[in-house]
Amino acid sequence: MILRIVAQRLALGLLTLFVVSLIIFLGVEALPGDLAQAILGQSATPETVAAFRRELGLDLPPHVRYLDWLGGMIQGDLGTSLANGRKISDLIGIRLTNTLFLALYAAIVAVPVAVALGILAALYRESWYDKIISMATLSTISFPEFFVGYILIAVFAVQLEVFPSIANVSPEMPFWTRVYVVALPALTLTFVVVAHMMRMTRAAIVNLLMSPYIEMATLKGLRRPRIIIKHALPNALSPIINVIVINLAFLVVGVVVVEVVFVYPGLGQLLVDSVSSRDLPVVQASCLIFAATYVLLNLIADILSIVSNPRMLHPK
Amino acid sequence: MRDFAKNIVNAPAAAKLGMAIIAVFVFAAVFAPVITPYSETEVVGDVWEEVGGQFFLGTDHIGRDLYTRLVYGARNTIAIAFVTTMLSFAVGISGGFLAAIVGGWVDQALSRVVDILMAIPILIFALMILSVLGTSVTTLIVVIALLDSTRVYRLSRAVAMNVEVMDYVEVARLRGEGIWYLMRYEVLPNTLAPMVAEFGLRFCFVFLFISSLSFLGLGIQPPTADWGSMVRENVSGFDFGIMKALMPALAIAFLTIGVNLVVDWFLQKTSGIKDE
Repeated sequence: MILRIVAQRLALGLLTLFVVSLIIFLGVEALPGDLAQAILGQSATPETVAAFRRELGLDLPPHVRYLDWLGGMIQGDLGTSLANGRKISDLIGIRLTNTLFLALYAAIVAVPVAVALGILAALYRESWYDKIISMATLSTISFPEFFVGYILIAVFAVQLEVFPSIANVSPEMPFWTRVYVVALPALTLTFVVVAHMMRMTRAAIVNLLMSPYIEMATLKGLRRPRIIIKHALPNALSPIINVIVINLAFLVVGVVVVEVVFVYPGLGQLLVDSVSSRDLPVVQASCLIFAATYVLLNLIADILSIVSNPRMLHPK
Repeated sequence: MRDFAKNIVNAPAAAKLGMAIIAVFVFAAVFAPVITPYSETEVVGDVWEEVGGQFFLGTDHIGRDLYTRLVYGARNTIAIAFVTTMLSFAVGISGGFLAAIVGGWVDQALSRVVDILMAIPILIFALMILSVLGTSVTTLIVVIALLDSTRVYRLSRAVAMNVEVMDYVEVARLRGEGIWYLMRYEVLPNTLAPMVAEFGLRFCFVFLFISSLSFLGLGIQPPTADWGSMVRENVSGFDFGIMKALMPALAIAFLTIGVNLVVDWFLQKTSGIKDE
């Protein structure tokens, strides 16, 4: 029963990925005008345009090109950049690791903090602590990512001079130096996601605390910590895991703005640069990577919340 | 109308603060040419002149009056975000209500399309489309509105589903009213409260989103004053310890907090009435 549901979700996820790749491909396909013409400019002769079209493979029918493109993507061949003629996989490889490093870093800091604060807020509901937390969440939700980033730069890089304002990393950098250099961007991302995660954790637990079996436990005279940890938490696990993974997906996208703020050599920065220079193959490749990561993380969230739901695990 | 005034007078302090913030920003947006000493793109002084001198908030990275730019920024940013949200709601609500009232394959088709569109993060989707279509204000508004309308669709469909099963809708149906009548006169008035609250939240999202795009250099293009691009332009001052880039960012944060405070109050109030 549970296997069937999981298999269904997996199939649905794969279908979504397929359609997403189709949208990304067709989105660029629908470009008004001709890509070759657009790159070469109006002054190009028809012969040059035709030759360039052949070189780009634009003379083939769309479905052949789509299959070519998708097949290449799956095998790690992402095509070549229009801007500098380099292989996109070379451009993206190291940047992707950098982006994943940043996202993972932020997640490792953010998840425990958010869950702990959320549980505390649920425990001491309506107290001053809870009110401060909800005010803090409201304000961090209201701040754009770049605002948080620049405030942190203003305080920690310009005033206190403890962290660098530009997160310039290189592949040969030792691990701990890297952790130090990337501290501010990671902290920015943490601020952005902690609020939401905490709020949802709190909501999940508060919801549970209203249910009859918790009231029963209270009436039985159990102590509060025991009720929370032993009775409420296992049932809250599924929504909490869901919130965490969804926020990880959010992190992967939130990375784009933060990378630009800190001039961090990641995939987001590359995407933004390619959009400005209209380097479409790079845009397609990076969009596909971002979208696929997002879809996959959401899929994992779905599956984990099914698997960690006690009701699903022990069907009647 | 008197109820409305009474409600505002009796609102909690937080909501009043929110309303005051919104009022100030809207005033600035509407009367921008009247309350500013210079024009939007005029270079009037030296680079990075200090706060409180000849210029109220000093000058920006090429010597334009920062106060004037901020006020015009309110006008441009808020207007564009507002138009985008309106369009998003027009599309989203029509789709959502239609799906809920007609049901069947219309509902299926619309919902599946929305599911797929929502599977792609909105920023990535927008960046992709903007790289193809370029970044004019019209493209920006239409693209963001369409992407955002998927979220509105979800909510309006869900809310309309609850209303659609009511007896009075059934009566209207039996009376032979058309789909438009059902949407406009039966469902809409009874879903107004959650929709208004959602409008506030979506406005914040769209507003932040456009600011982020402008900050990335892919939204509203210079020399038009816009808070997101103003942050981007003035960031170079950080190297000399000049924090002026934070002012437009702060304006963004204030407006979002203001709207959120009002929405919170509104939600509490409308849900309270329903419980009674």
